[in-house]
Amino acid sequence: MFRRSEQDNRPQVQIFVDGVAVAARVGDTVSAALLASGRDVRRSTAVSGAPRLPYCMMGVCFDCLVTIDGVGNRQGCLVPVAEGMQIEIQKGKREIGR
Amino acid sequence: MTVAPKREAYDVVVIGAGPAGLAAAATSAEAGLTTLLLDENIGPGGQVFRAISSTPVTERSQLGADYWAGADLVQSLRASSAEVIHRATVWSLDRNLDIAVSIGGASAFVRAKRVILATGALERPFPIPGWTLPGVMTAGAAQTMLKSSALVPDGRTVIAGQGPLLWLLAAQILRLGGRIDRILDTTERGNYLAALPHAFAFLTSPYFTKGLSMMREVKAKVRVVSGVTELAATGDGQLTSVSYVAGGKRETIPADLLLLHQGVVPNVNLAMSADVEHRWDDLQLCWSPVLDASGNSSVPGIAIAGDGAGIGGANAAVVRGRIAARAAVEALAAAAAAKLPAMATLRADLAKAERGRVFLDTLFRPSPQFRIPSGDTIVCRCEEVTAKDVLDSVAIGATGPNQLKAYRRTGMGPCQGRLCGLTVTELMAQARGKTPQEIGYYRLRAPVKPITLAELAAVPKSEADIKAVVRG
Repeated sequence: MFRRSEQDNRPQVQIFVDGVAVAARVGDTVSAALLASGRDVRRSTAVSGAPRLPYCMMGVCFDCLVTIDGVGNRQGCLVPVAEGMQIEIQKGKREIGR
Repeated sequence: MTVAPKREAYDVVVIGAGPAGLAAAATSAEAGLTTLLLDENIGPGGQVFRAISSTPVTERSQLGADYWAGADLVQSLRASSAEVIHRATVWSLDRNLDIAVSIGGASAFVRAKRVILATGALERPFPIPGWTLPGVMTAGAAQTMLKSSALVPDGRTVIAGQGPLLWLLAAQILRLGGRIDRILDTTERGNYLAALPHAFAFLTSPYFTKGLSMMREVKAKVRVVSGVTELAATGDGQLTSVSYVAGGKRETIPADLLLLHQGVVPNVNLAMSADVEHRWDDLQLCWSPVLDASGNSSVPGIAIAGDGAGIGGANAAVVRGRIAARAAVEALAAAAAAKLPAMATLRADLAKAERGRVFLDTLFRPSPQFRIPSGDTIVCRCEEVTAKDVLDSVAIGATGPNQLKAYRRTGMGPCQGRLCGLTVTELMAQARGKTPQEIGYYRLRAPVKPITLAELAAVPKSEADIKAVVRG
């Protein structure tokens, strides 16, 4: 859906998406890194389980909700990636303790 | 980097580091007022100047001179004494000018003598069939990724809608080597005629030549279909095609990515939750705060600058930021105001920056069928409520957006009505034969962004706080 422009020479950061290593770049938000990864990163909604991807990328739509380092319902479009970050695609609503 | 505010109280707290907020904070700090700028994003710039300090798009002509103008604003801010905190989500503001802000998972509280809200705009909801499918995004979303991560559309890409941002985004995608298969222009044909009386002001504004050359640049490379009257996204769990009607003819084209845009509207949540009076704007088709010429709202001490004050664009936002800050300086440290540009000069700058706006508003007024959906089209993305659900609720007695919450939970999901509020107001107004002003909007309350109970529970408590809730 998206690819990186050749002029982008930012250093790489390694994140993990559902346990799989994915290369991101310093300054990417979690959502941008997920969309750039080419993987199936669709979450499913809390109401019907319908698949969704980020819609607004600016913190208003909450369709980018994702579990980051064990904490659910984070807005992936507002969180920058960090080395070793563990990301889980959130299926359904946030659960207790996550 | 999670830093709490250094003080408990400030002369001026500015919320939002876009064009208006950057200008307001720099002006206020330059005049010697203690100033705090709180912003939700990773770096300064807001949406227009998104990632201005960090963008990997180094070829300056690709993002354009209007974008790089933001670097000067950031530099002025950094040269000032303003305290700036990013990744800071303000979740409460009240009429005592007490502010609650979440920073790195912990909440802090600050008090201000004046608050300047510069929370900007968000894209108008574009509720077409299939707009919740993965692969459908806003044009602004694509532009955010382009500016902050140099990401460009790669698969079969369709851009649909209308307005200046749509053409700017298309030009930027093409300059960065991205792919656009088709542009579907939804501008109503009748709008050209309606906008004509306002054309002179626009022709003599800087937007005219820039806009024209950008449209030429895009049209030379992409097929543009104008007069699009219907639009739908289809696919099973993922966008696979876009169908549209233009000139009475339906066409369906395969697509991996559909970018939607039909203008921007004020981001009202924080201002409304602070009880700032808003009115329905019949030209811009949105809620706008009631403000005086200095940006002061109906709540003493709260001013609004930038697109949150009514859509005016980046240049107007910068000037509105300076005006609101100057008004704050006049109120708190009148002698220091002498250092700043005179109010009359600023007001003249604003008139210049707002030139041509009525033309744009009239020309790019979105058509009713793209604002007021029907049938199974989703209105509330969070709670997955359709237009038919809303109309059924009206039929059995729901009178306005707040009653509708009890029937359908519209606006009660995590986005708190940001993506459905305008649609709900207009849909219910049409169904009940009322004006949007009569129908009203969601009654917004803090927290205006979700925070966890754990974060609230971790807030330090005084003896008095504990006594207030402990029995005996």
